[in-house]
Amino acid sequence: MTRKPDLRSMTRRELLASGAKAGAALVIGSNFVTHATEAWAMETTALEPATMATLVQMARDIYPHDRVADQFYAAAVKGYDTPEAAPAIEAGVAALDAAAQGMGHPSYLGTPWERDRVEILRSMEQSGFFQTIRGGLVTGLYNNKEVWPVFGYEGESFSQGGYLDRGFNDINWL
Amino acid sequence: MTAPFDLNDDNVVVIIGTGAGGGVLGNELAQKGVSVVALEAGGRYLPEDYINDEWESFGQLAWLDPRTTSGDWRVARDFSGLPAWIVKAVGGTTVHWAGASLRFQEHEWKAKTTYGDVQGASLLDWPIDAAEMAPWYEKAETKLGVTRTGGREGLPGNNNYKVFEAGAKALGYKEVHTGRMAINSADYDNRVACQQTGFCFQGCKWGAKWSAAYTDIPRGEATGNLEVRERCQAARILHDANGKVTGVEYFDADGNLQMQKARIVCVAGNSFESPRLLLNSASSMFPDGLANSSGQVGRNYMRHTTGSVYAVFDKPVRMWRGTTMAGIIQDEARHDPSRGFVGGYELETLGLGLPFMAAFLDPGAWGREFTTALDSYENMAGMWIVGEDMPQETNRVTINHEVKDKYGLPVVDVHFDDHPNDIAMRNHAYRQGTAVYEAVGATRTFPTPPYPSTHNLGTNRMSERAQDGVVNKWGQTHDIANLFISDGSQFTTGAAENPTLTIVALAIRQADHIAAEMGKGAL
Ligand SMILES: Cc1cc2nc3c(=O)[nH]c(=O)nc-3n(C[C@H](O)[C@H](O)[C@H](O)COP(=O)(O)OP(=O)(O)OC[C@H]3O[C@@H](n4cnc5c(N)ncnc54)[C@H](O)[C@@H]3O)c2cc1C
Ligand code: SF4
Repeated sequence: MTRKPDLRSMTRRELLASGAKAGAALVIGSNFVTHATEAWAMETTALEPATMATLVQMARDIYPHDRVADQFYAAAVKGYDTPEAAPAIEAGVAALDAAAQGMGHPSYLGTPWERDRVEILRSMEQSGFFQTIRGGLVTGLYNNKEVWPVFGYEGESFSQGGYLDRGFNDINWL
Repeated sequence: MTAPFDLNDDNVVVIIGTGAGGGVLGNELAQKGVSVVALEAGGRYLPEDYINDEWESFGQLAWLDPRTTSGDWRVARDFSGLPAWIVKAVGGTTVHWAGASLRFQEHEWKAKTTYGDVQGASLLDWPIDAAEMAPWYEKAETKLGVTRTGGREGLPGNNNYKVFEAGAKALGYKEVHTGRMAINSADYDNRVACQQTGFCFQGCKWGAKWSAAYTDIPRGEATGNLEVRERCQAARILHDANGKVTGVEYFDADGNLQMQKARIVCVAGNSFESPRLLLNSASSMFPDGLANSSGQVGRNYMRHTTGSVYAVFDKPVRMWRGTTMAGIIQDEARHDPSRGFVGGYELETLGLGLPFMAAFLDPGAWGREFTTALDSYENMAGMWIVGEDMPQETNRVTINHEVKDKYGLPVVDVHFDDHPNDIAMRNHAYRQGTAVYEAVGATRTFPTPPYPSTHNLGTNRMSERAQDGVVNKWGQTHDIANLFISDGSQFTTGAAENPTLTIVALAIRQADHIAAEMGKGAL
């Protein structure tokens, strides 16, 4: 069974469920536009699409880089979409939603402001679930060669002859 | 041309580990006509195999077998299964190392005398001194081709160095340069000059940096006197009824237990594995492990007082370009207790790639405080602190019988607590490092905690008297005449300098001694 989560509609559903105030909806509404312009979709096999959507948001909230597109966060967590990992992840996301509800939000995804989501994450910072997701992101996100250009990092240089003639000492502002 | 020696040949010297200590010792002995079998737990990788990618290279080269940690050091929390960052490969950690090659300062050979009694520290003077070591240092510098020694030019400064130098000079520091590096500034000894590729930690694909993997080891093998058995892990050192060692049991590449007879055994597995081997070799005659009548095996573990300072500027630096560590400020290396601590420290440039920066800048951190730092990665400069830490009897490597490696051998637990002197020194260095970068306009600075230990020292220390340590001034164990320690674990104290030049100088000197004693029939 293969299911395709649509992050936009997920978020929209969450939003409807949350009965969010107009102001917040506008902010989120503009996020949909951003997402809508991203040409990517991810299939899930073992995880509920809603769970994957929550994981992607969680990943961004843990390591928020506004210039890094969702697809890189999605790539960093897609490894949890296996029959072995799924039960623990579903349980973790359920706990995350429960924590959100405990703070008066409809769910994690239905919490519009980053600062509120961060507060939810802080409340479960010591949990094995949070630490697994955070630890995995350190390599899952930052060791993705495709994301390096966003940070200016140039990666492998041997094949180009190193930087001897390519600016190892080109600093000009000192 | 390799020299296959028979397992029953009891005339060979068996060396365990082929890094800075063991790799050099093996070649030096082979050059003198001594038959050597070197056992190396890791595989063989040469420049064409090295990978310009931090994590992939780490997976290729690092020692990843289980170890455990305890104590108040932050590494035990952040990297509980990885107390050290060291290599498991032919050539040992000289594949990873950055090449900084400094001699000890004269007073550092006599730490106890110079610093006096420091509460909680097990300080001791080395049984050797600067005058004795000078000729061996010179041989080591020649072997490694160290820049700014022997008439060799310094390396050119990269972007990271230029920021560092400008800040240092603005602060009034005087001893600031691109370091004494075992990296060629011009072609030397059949190795090319540095091409500034910037992956010194991942193995130098040009061979511009000295590593035992592609210098000493193949040269030793070419004599026909050195046989390196790769993927062979020593498990136990055997002895006879007279208390002389007679051979080494090891697991070969296929996992089969073998036994190589030996005339002399030299242990050079770095400061965790060397004491582990001695302790795991306990017998009814030596119930506390080999060479451990003093109870000092595994104690006095030192790792240098380290830490890093990274800084963000309003314009690009691109610190990853060029040599990883070619830059140094030496003004703080002096002993000057008026700063609130004994001993001194060096500040050295350090550039990490984005993947390692994410892992090491502030392990465990998350949220915007952390990610805005990485957003400015391109505008970052970095330096590393390396200072003398205090030996403490309770900082030690012990056998953890609960955890076994793939051969069923118990692994080590590494316990470390910072000494108050270490903390005072680190805080001073954080302040000075920060000031260096602020002097050239840093907008944000990061006093970054120590990484898993790259410098691992002291767990089989050298001492004048047998009750104070494990080996004498030749690295020969006090208890067993034909058992030697040949790596960084013989350090009595750590000094402020990166250790490898001293490990190499001691190995050259030890080879000279062993060959002479063998010649006299004394060994
Ligand atoms: C990233 C990095 C950068 C560094 N930069 C510098 C620097 O700039 N300057 C400097 O002076 N130092 C530097 N160092 C430290 C330096 O590399 C080490 O101090 C030095 O290599 C230690 O030498 P050694 O002989 O004690 O051990 P190693 O070089 O680690 O060699 C030990 C060898 O023994 C093998 N071994 C262990 N146990 C067994 C066993 N039971 N059987 C068989 N083989 C075994 C291991 O696989 C390994 O190959 C750096 C280290 C790292 C990790
Ligand atoms: S910067 Fe120089 S020494 Fe370092 S890996 Fe590149 S060529 Fe080798």
